[in-house]
Amino acid sequence: MARKLSMRQAINEAMHQEMERDESVIVMGEDIMGGLGVDWLEGDAWGGTQGTTKGLGPRFGRDRVIDTPISESAFIGAAIGASTTGMRAIVELMYVDFLGVCFDQIFNQAAKFRYMFGGKAECPVVVRTQIGGGFSAAAQHSQCLYPIFTHIPGLKCVIPSNAYDAKGLLIEAIRDNSPVIFFEHKKLYDAETEVPEESYTLPFGEAGILREGGDVTIVALARMAHMAMEAAETLAAEGIECEVIDPRTTSPMDEDTILESVENTGRLVVVDESYPRCSMGADISSMVAEKAFDSLKAPIRKVAPPHTPVPFSPPLEAAYLPDAARIADAVRAVARHGS
Amino acid sequence: MQLSREDLLEAYRAMKTMREFDERLHIEFATGEIPGFVHLYCGEEASGAGICAHLGDRDHIASNHRGHGHCIAKGCDVPGMMAEIYGKETGLCGGKGGSMHIADLEKGMMGANGIVGAGTPLVCGAALSAKTLGTGGVAVAFTGDGGSNQGAVYESMNLAAVWNLPAIFVFENNGYGEASASSWATAGGSIAKRADGFGIPQVTVDGADYFAVREAAGEAVARARAGEGPSVIECEMRRFHGHFEGDPQTYRTEEELAEVRATRDPITRFVARVREAGLLEEADFAAVDEEVGALIERAVTEAKAAKVPAVETLADHVYSSY
Repeated sequence: MARKLSMRQAINEAMHQEMERDESVIVMGEDIMGGLGVDWLEGDAWGGTQGTTKGLGPRFGRDRVIDTPISESAFIGAAIGASTTGMRAIVELMYVDFLGVCFDQIFNQAAKFRYMFGGKAECPVVVRTQIGGGFSAAAQHSQCLYPIFTHIPGLKCVIPSNAYDAKGLLIEAIRDNSPVIFFEHKKLYDAETEVPEESYTLPFGEAGILREGGDVTIVALARMAHMAMEAAETLAAEGIECEVIDPRTTSPMDEDTILESVENTGRLVVVDESYPRCSMGADISSMVAEKAFDSLKAPIRKVAPPHTPVPFSPPLEAAYLPDAARIADAVRAVARHGS
Repeated sequence: MQLSREDLLEAYRAMKTMREFDERLHIEFATGEIPGFVHLYCGEEASGAGICAHLGDRDHIASNHRGHGHCIAKGCDVPGMMAEIYGKETGLCGGKGGSMHIADLEKGMMGANGIVGAGTPLVCGAALSAKTLGTGGVAVAFTGDGGSNQGAVYESMNLAAVWNLPAIFVFENNGYGEASASSWATAGGSIAKRADGFGIPQVTVDGADYFAVREAAGEAVARARAGEGPSVIECEMRRFHGHFEGDPQTYRTEEELAEVRATRDPITRFVARVREAGLLEEADFAAVDEEVGALIERAVTEAKAAKVPAVETLADHVYSSY
């Protein structure tokens, strides 16, 4: 039987393999080993808050697996500076919510070097960061925020929904010469898929078609791709066949796969865990409205949280997050329209 | 400190080039031919020249919005800089950057920067690369008195100390952050002494005294190359011009400006001291003046004559591949 790995293990394996292959790859972040300053401790204290960096320090040493003070602006800037001067840094922004304390280095420095300097600088940095709700982690540890990064020219944005994609996309990210932001949904770390042991890459800008169907196209990212698949199973029993597309990267975005699907189905539901305004849902909807208007048989529907911060209390958070039932309702509505 | 004739000539050439470059920009900007805005380094030349005198191509610097002098000190091509400021295709960045984003990675120049204080984290990264790759290189961040109050600067100083990086933080205190006095904006009365809290060696020098800057920088660079970690240097100086070209400088009196030019000009002080010591003669300075004058004239003539970038290049260089 083929080997199964969780997304956490797949991410860890990708970093192990790339550090083995390329000595210029270094990893930086808060407590990626942990226990610094504790003299009697050997090896990892934590291996990252999610264990994604476990084993890297003991294997590759502290010169390449570099713990940082809680000082995002300095160490993410340092990862960017190191990546413009000969290294390939993978740096952890523990939660994407901490963007607020380091965004200048990402969007005004890393994203713009190559352009501002007339193509004479490369910045092969990867910023790995956690996204998403579902843990009652409240308003400052549950956001998605990938639309903000997708908005910025010069950044590439990768949002895997499963372990297989995560490994191939992370290896691709590490080898890419542009800055890449790699978003890991907290609720997916334990989700297992078959993952080959050997190293492999998946190209950016190529969506995955998770399920084929001719009635309604559903586009969904990260954890929402799983919710969309669950809804699609329910709907199939009702006679509605959904095509479920996971863009996998939002910059670059595989517009063609989405457009071809909508040209076939004539109906689109976009599911997005990020805030509803200026979101991936809004972006994909406008792209389809502009480029496939004549194919549409129903208004595009977006399924997204309300325009509020992420609440803490479990029933409030459950009401906040999109789920399979809400997706199914939206699909039924567009499937009924005009038929 | 005894410098060779070649060192002295090189120091004078560097400072004179910076001065003529920016004084010429002062004139040309007023004609309206230069797009955007420029910030002039006149009066601050001893800092860039004195510090970069110790650096080579393996060493990195990160500059700020007032970066022309740093670029020249680090060896950037002068006509290429001028063409960049004019927004021409022959500019160092092909006209994509302008005055505030001149960079040349091959020369170890990581860029002027439009974000105050933003060079300091980047320099930690360049110093980390030097340490990890074992190049023996050092990395220097040039920040102003205004930038000294940015949080990223202190995060970077802490990080450089924690990681024992070959990094040097230079604070060019020219008396004003934009239109506000640094004495008002800087609590505690000293930028350099803030380094004490991080256990980083610090010194404050007369930033109009080339020899004082060079000596302080020599000690800091030696410490960094010996693996003894970061240093902080505060250079006290005054800028001759406004924050940006067009700044009416309503916060400074004519008397102050005249006094600054009379008493705090790093170039006239350098010349007086070197001539007094009998190390260079009038003819030596005159020869450099002529050479620099011709270079700046050529740079401006070529920049004006150069083509603007083709509109087809608008979307080039956003990504390595996309």
